Amino acid sequence: MAGARGLALRKPSALPGFGLALGFTLTYLGLIVLIPLGGLVLKSATLGLAGFLDVVTGPRTLAALRLSFVTALIAAVVNAVFGVIIAWVLIRYRFPGRRLLDAFVDLPFALPTAVAGIALTTLYAPNGWIGSWLAPLGIKVAYTPLGITIALIFIGLPFVVRTVQPVLEEFDRELEEASATLGATRRQTVFMVMLPTLMPAILTGFALALARAVGEYGSVIFIAGNMPFQSEIAPLLIIIRLEEFSYAQAAAIGTAMLLISFGILLFVHLVQAWSRRRFGQ
Amino acid sequence: MDAPVTNATTSGSTWPLSWTRRWEKPMQVTVEAVVRKFGTTAALHGISLDIQPGELVALLGPSGSGKTTLLRILAGLDAPTSGRVLFDGDDALKLTVQQRNVGLVFQSYALFRHLTVLDNIGFGLRVRPRSRRPSRNEIKRRALELLDLVQLNGLEKRFPAQLSGGQRQRVAFARALAIEPRVLLLDEPFGALDAKVRRELRRWLLEIHNKTGHTTVFVTHDQEEALELADRVVVMSEGKIEQVGTPDEIYDEPNSPFVFSFIGESSALPVHLAEGRVWLDSRPLDLPQGNLPSGPAQLFLRPHDVEISVDPERALWGTISTHRRHEGARRVELSVGLKNSRVEIEIPADLRLELAREIAFLPRRYRLYPTTPQG
Amino acid sequence: MTDAAVAPLLVSTPQSQAVTTEQPLVRYVLIGVAVVFLVVFLFLPLASVFVEALRSGLGTYFASITEPDAVSAIELTLLVAAIAVPANVVFGLAASWAIAKFDFPGKSLLNSLIDLPFSVSPVISGLIYVLLFGAQGYFGAILKSENIQIIFALPGMVLATIFVTFPFVARELVPLMQEQGTQDEEAALSLGASGWKTFVKVTLPNIRWALLYGVVLCNARAMGEFGAVSVVSGHIRGKTNTMPLHVEILYNEYNFAAAFAVASLLALLALVTLVVKVALEWRYADQIAASRRH
Repeated sequence: MAGARGLALRKPSALPGFGLALGFTLTYLGLIVLIPLGGLVLKSATLGLAGFLDVVTGPRTLAALRLSFVTALIAAVVNAVFGVIIAWVLIRYRFPGRRLLDAFVDLPFALPTAVAGIALTTLYAPNGWIGSWLAPLGIKVAYTPLGITIALIFIGLPFVVRTVQPVLEEFDRELEEASATLGATRRQTVFMVMLPTLMPAILTGFALALARAVGEYGSVIFIAGNMPFQSEIAPLLIIIRLEEFSYAQAAAIGTAMLLISFGILLFVHLVQAWSRRRFGQ
Repeated sequence: MDAPVTNATTSGSTWPLSWTRRWEKPMQVTVEAVVRKFGTTAALHGISLDIQPGELVALLGPSGSGKTTLLRILAGLDAPTSGRVLFDGDDALKLTVQQRNVGLVFQSYALFRHLTVLDNIGFGLRVRPRSRRPSRNEIKRRALELLDLVQLNGLEKRFPAQLSGGQRQRVAFARALAIEPRVLLLDEPFGALDAKVRRELRRWLLEIHNKTGHTTVFVTHDQEEALELADRVVVMSEGKIEQVGTPDEIYDEPNSPFVFSFIGESSALPVHLAEGRVWLDSRPLDLPQGNLPSGPAQLFLRPHDVEISVDPERALWGTISTHRRHEGARRVELSVGLKNSRVEIEIPADLRLELAREIAFLPRRYRLYPTTPQG
Repeated sequence: MTDAAVAPLLVSTPQSQAVTTEQPLVRYVLIGVAVVFLVVFLFLPLASVFVEALRSGLGTYFASITEPDAVSAIELTLLVAAIAVPANVVFGLAASWAIAKFDFPGKSLLNSLIDLPFSVSPVISGLIYVLLFGAQGYFGAILKSENIQIIFALPGMVLATIFVTFPFVARELVPLMQEQGTQDEEAALSLGASGWKTFVKVTLPNIRWALLYGVVLCNARAMGEFGAVSVVSGHIRGKTNTMPLHVEILYNEYNFAAAFAVASLLALLALVTLVVKVALEWRYADQIAASRRH
C-alpha cells in the first residue's frame, strides 16, 4: 500500500484513505481509459509501421483527415476572432440582455451533438431558413465542406469565449490608462497592449476549439455530404472501416487522429508554459 | 489611427502647435475651484492650487482625502464636475489624455508584461503619430539613455516579470520620462515596495528630480515621505485642502487640528482660554492665550516637546498609566485632567517611574485651536 | 469590477470611462456583431428544433414522443445516465480526494489523464471498446463463448458513455478541493472523527455545490452523447437506441417531424441544464469558482 515506510511514495499525511482513493482512481482509469486506448494503439501497430503509413496516407484517408483538419482549422480561426469580440462585448459593455447572452454562449456545450446536427442541416438546407437566403446567391452550405465548417463553428465557439473571458475580466485597467497617458490612441492600446496580453488565452481557446472540432462527429455527420474524397470526415471513415470489419485500418486512422489531438494539446501546454515564463504569474 | 500631417488626434481636435516645444521648460500647473462629484457625494470640494514650474509637490492625506482623484484629473483620466485646470495658463481640460503629455507613474507600476524593458520605455515614442515619431534607432537610443538615468543598465532585454519591485518602478519612471512630459504625476509610487527599498527610491527620486527638473506632483499617505521629498506639501482631508506649505511650515505651524495630528505624533487636550491664560479644569496654566479668542479650545502638543522640571502649580499633570522605552528615551502615557484625556509625553530614559504616580509637565511647543461652536 | 469601470451603453460616458473604452459607435457595432453572430450560429439552430418539432401540429408531436420505440429510447437514455453518472461521481470523489489531499509523484500526470477524453473524438471513444469487445476484438472470442454481449448492448453503451463523461465531475472537484486544502479534515480527525465520518460530514458539505454542478454537466453530456454510443450500439431499434440515436434514425428515414420532436426533448434538457448551471454559478460562484481558473 502506498506510503509504506521506506518507499517514500508520498509525503506522510494524517488523512486516511489515500490507498483506497488512489487505487480506485487508477483502476478506473486503467480499465476505462488506458487499456482501451492501449488496445487501439496495439491494433494499429499490428499493421507495422509501413502498413500504418500506408493506411494513413491512402488517398481516401488522407482526404478525410485533410477535410476534418482544414474545416476544423477554419472554424477555429473564425471562433478565435468572433470569440474575442463576443468575450469583449460581454465583459466590457453593459446592455440589456447581456446576462442572457452570456449564459447562452454555453449552448453548444449543453446541446447534444445530434440535435445540433439535424438543426443545422435543416437550417442550411436549400429550403431552410438560412439556406433559402443563400441559394439565390449561389452559395450551397448543406452537404458541402462549408456546412461542415459552420457546424464546427457552432461547436467550438464557447471554448474561445470562456478562455478569454476570465483573462479579460481581470485585465488591469491601469495598463490601459498608462498606455493612454503615454499617448496611445484607443486603437493602439487595444492592439498593442491588450490583445498581446490576451494572446495566450486566445491561443489556448483556439487550440481547444480546434481539438474538439477535428474529432467532431454528431453535429457534422448530418450536414456533411459524406461523399468519399469530397465531404467525408475522418470519424465517418473510421465507422465505415469498422462496419467493413477492417479493424486494423479503423484503429490506424483513430491513432492518427489521436496523434493530431495530442499535438494540439502539446501546443496548448507549450503556449501556457511559455507565457508563464515570459509574463510571470 | 495614424495621424495625418496636421497632428489630428482621436478626439478630432488639432494639437495646438504652440505646445510642441513646451516640454523643454518645466510647466506651471494651476487648479481653480475644482469640484468632483460622484452622484451626490463629492470627492473634491473646490480645490485651488498653484504649482510652480519645477516644483516637487506632495499631495498628502489619508485614504478618501481626494488626493488620487485630483491627480487623475490632472492626468486626464478623470474630469472635474466644475472648475478649471491650467497648464501654463492654457486650459488643460479640453485636452484628451493622449494630448496632455503627462508622465504618470502608478503604484502598481502598470508595466506592459509582454514587452521588454526597452520596449516598455520606448512605448510612448513608438505610438506617436508618424510625423512626430522618432526613428527606430533614435527611440532605442533615447530608451537606453533613460535606462542609464534610472541606473538599470544592462536590463534592457529583460521582461517585467524578471525584475524586482524597485527595478520595475524605475522602469515605470523611465517610461514616463521618455515622452518628455511637461509634468510628472506619481500615484503612491513607492507604496507597493518594502521599507528599505522605499527609502532608497526616495533618495533616488530626489536625485532624478534635481537632474531633470520636471514639475512633479506625487500622491502619498506617508507623511514622512512627503516631508522628506517635497518642496511644498498639500495636506488634504475629505476632499478639501487643509494646508499648503513647506515641510517646515507644515510640521512646525500646522493650522488645524487635523494637520497637527496627521503629521508626526501628537496628543490633544481640551482647555479653556480666558484672561490671557490657558486653563485646564478651572486651573490656570503657565501658558499664554495669545491673540486667540476666549472660550473652549484644543491644545495640541508633541511628545518630545515637553518640559518636566516645572512648577506643578501652573503646569499640567497627569497620572501615569503606562510607559515604554522608545529608542533613546521613554514614552509615558498619562491620564490628564478631569476628563482623563490621554496624553503621551517623552522623558529621559533614566528617570525612575512608578505607575499611578503623577508627573507635571508643560509643553515647550504647542498649538491652540479654538473650538468652533459645533466642534 | 466596479460599476464605474464598465461602460454603460446608453449613458454618455464621463471622462474617467472614456479613457478605457471605445467610442460609442465602435461599441454599438461590436455589440451588433456579437449579437448577430450569436443569433445566427446559436439561437437559430435551437429555435429551429422547436419550430420543426411543432410544425406538424401538437398531435404529431405527442404521438412521436409516446411511440414505443421513442419511449424505449428515452428509457434507455435514462438508464445509461443513471449508471454512468453515479459511477463518475464515485470516480470524481476518489480522484479529487487523492489529488487534493495528498502529495505523490505523478500527480500532474494523473490530472492530465483525467482531461484526456476531451481531446479524443467521440467516435474513437466508441472505437476502442469495439476493438476490445467486438466480435473481432481482443476479447471477442471469450465473450462469445461465455455468451456475454458488451458491444451492441447496454454494457458497451454504458462504458462508452462513462469514458466520455468521467472528467466532468472530477474537473469540478479537484481544483476546489485543492483550494480548500486539508485543514478542515485534519481538524475533524484531531477531534476524533473516523476517516469516513470526516469525509461525509466535513468534506462533502464543503464541495456539495461543485459536486452538483459537475453532476449536472455530466448528466447533460451522458444523455446527449451521440458519436461514441453510435459506434458501440448497433442501432437496434427499440433495444440499443438512446434518444440521440433514435433522432438519427428518424431523421435518416426523412421522418423529420418525429426526429425533431424527440430532439426537442433533448433540447429542453439542454436548456434546463443551462438554467441550473447559471443558477449555480450565480449563487455559489466562490465555491465553484476554482474550476473557472483552469
